[in-house]
Amino acid sequence: MLRILKKILTTGVVTERFKTPKDEELEQLGIEIKSHIDKKFSGSIAIRQVDAGSCNGCELEIHALNNPFYDIERFGVHFVASPRHADVLLVTGPVSRHMQTALLRTYEATPNPKWVVAAGDCAACGGEFGVSYASCGAVSNVIPVDVVIPGCPPTPLELMKGLLSLMNVSA
Amino acid sequence: MNASNWTADFLARLSADITVAEIDLSSAILWQIESHAWQRFAELAVQQNLRWAAGWAEHVQNRFFINACFEKQGEYILLRTIIDDSNPELPSQATVYPAANRSERHTQDMFGIKFIGHPDNRRWTRHQAWIENSYPLRKDFPVQGAPVGITPPDMHYPFIKSHGTGVYEIPVGPVHAGIIEPGHFRFQAVGELILNLEERLGYVHKGIEKIAEGREPESLARLAGRVSGDTTVGHCWAACMAMEQAAGVEIPPRAALIRGILAERERIANHMGDIGAICNDVAFVFAQMQFTRLRELWLRTNATVFGHRLLMDRIVPGGVACDLSDESCSLIKKEIVELRKELAEVILALDLNSSLEDRLYTAGFLSEEIAAAFGTVGYVGRSSGQDKDVRRDAPYAPYDQVTVKVALENQGDIASRLWVRYKEIMAALRLMEEFIDRLVAGELRAEWQTPPAGSEGLGIVEGWRGEIICHIRFDADNKIARFYPRDPSQLNWPALEKLVLNNIVPDFPVCNKSLNGSYSGNDL
Repeated sequence: MLRILKKILTTGVVTERFKTPKDEELEQLGIEIKSHIDKKFSGSIAIRQVDAGSCNGCELEIHALNNPFYDIERFGVHFVASPRHADVLLVTGPVSRHMQTALLRTYEATPNPKWVVAAGDCAACGGEFGVSYASCGAVSNVIPVDVVIPGCPPTPLELMKGLLSLMNVSA
Repeated sequence: MNASNWTADFLARLSADITVAEIDLSSAILWQIESHAWQRFAELAVQQNLRWAAGWAEHVQNRFFINACFEKQGEYILLRTIIDDSNPELPSQATVYPAANRSERHTQDMFGIKFIGHPDNRRWTRHQAWIENSYPLRKDFPVQGAPVGITPPDMHYPFIKSHGTGVYEIPVGPVHAGIIEPGHFRFQAVGELILNLEERLGYVHKGIEKIAEGREPESLARLAGRVSGDTTVGHCWAACMAMEQAAGVEIPPRAALIRGILAERERIANHMGDIGAICNDVAFVFAQMQFTRLRELWLRTNATVFGHRLLMDRIVPGGVACDLSDESCSLIKKEIVELRKELAEVILALDLNSSLEDRLYTAGFLSEEIAAAFGTVGYVGRSSGQDKDVRRDAPYAPYDQVTVKVALENQGDIASRLWVRYKEIMAALRLMEEFIDRLVAGELRAEWQTPPAGSEGLGIVEGWRGEIICHIRFDADNKIARFYPRDPSQLNWPALEKLVLNNIVPDFPVCNKSLNGSYSGNDL
């Protein structure tokens, strides 16, 4: 136990590293997100992530939003386990035809008002997979999309920028 | 007994039963047999402890090539039979090798080839995106297919049923509660105890094999890098290796070393993520925070040095698309020293934690027998005594220049799968140092040569999850005729159905994470 506490203490709060010039951008982004969220969502936004057919690259970077460097929860952005708890669907991948109904049902299960963010090149335009017998391509071919975050995969910083632009769209 | 001995002995044994035509491929031993002997071969192979490693088909003019890949002591045999496409059927190998089960079902769905005597001939990859009796990987199937409106849900898949007092079912997925890929799990449970688990995958099938057809090498490499995003280096390397074999292109030594560094960086990044996530699934958040922190630092170095956090598209046909400067080399070396120091502290805290011990030891047990029967690979196999590693057993450049230390455990539980990952991180750090020390000045990319139509290659590499097998055949004009990647997950997923038995339902997430199969790499 002492060992764990010692490591926690010596590690310190790595999140503060964003005060350095290069990472300051993120801190500012985060604050801006929060101010918008404050207006629209009373200080919190609940995201349900849906992988509709991605290669799992985007999932790795979405996961990174929760690591101590980005710690997206400090801005009131958190990931929830059910679409019924969500304000936002964060959808990745080209929509595989086998996931089409599941995505539509997830969308229907999300209460209004709701927003959809399509994250990654595949979700944006079909990416490397496009439209085929097995793939519907872009998320917007299946459900309405409010914000597109390009990138293969988008970096955690780009994902944050995308969330910010969602706030601008819906504000 | 060395490798060449067993193939010769085995061939001699076979000759009493089966006529084998030996064909020399630059990349592997190719044995061609009659289709009626397909199952008989498997029966003889299993007696000799050959491991079934991969199976796939090809549509070439009016015939089907049916391929299976076997391995023993690092020697790979590509087995082939050719049948007419008018009445495609042959005896199943899944009766002998459980590992061939889903693969044959995939081939059945994609090509309409019937495997006679298959123990479970339910569809597998096909849900409702295309109709029964149409087969996407036949050459006359259009890449766009014939979709009608919204693809309906796959309502009537015949899951295994259970009966009895107090037995109930839990359907989970395809959309899960966390940030993970989609798939369906059907549990039968009594109280909290899991009686049976059935996986239903195929939700992220996006037609990778079909859309690969007609691509040129560069474009195919990009697609291969997205078979499974967490294994972008591994799959891209396997595909490029297969294409290079087909084209007779030899990559420069510097490119091989850089590929090795990329692959080891990918291994370390994923293992760190997994160790943190396994601990998180038993509510030990300290480890999750430490390992996601270390992983993030690692990915940032990837971005600085190689220009991409996950290292996508760094490997290209003929070599690599990135170089390593002297400054980058010293940066990486410094990072390795720091990571060792950090890991020493964090791992000791894990090791001495009794609540972690309580949750991970004996949970999710996979016996050596089952691990061997399913042909499990990578850290899943190596945690259950399967001493296999392509880097050591069938070394390819640059691993042929170094000694690869293979981590092995035989407890077969979640703790074993965690410790194997840790040992593999330590071994990978050492390998990276050796590769950096061996870096020689030189070209990064060999000139591409258009391979003759019909030429093929078999790329086999050790990805972070385990052995990746990739088969590629070229058409004329530098175009791909067939691309088949066998992700390690395809062999490891069935083991999950076994290792969760007699565990409690709430421990399923940690059992699943300890195996961490790729859905995308499985569904293709």
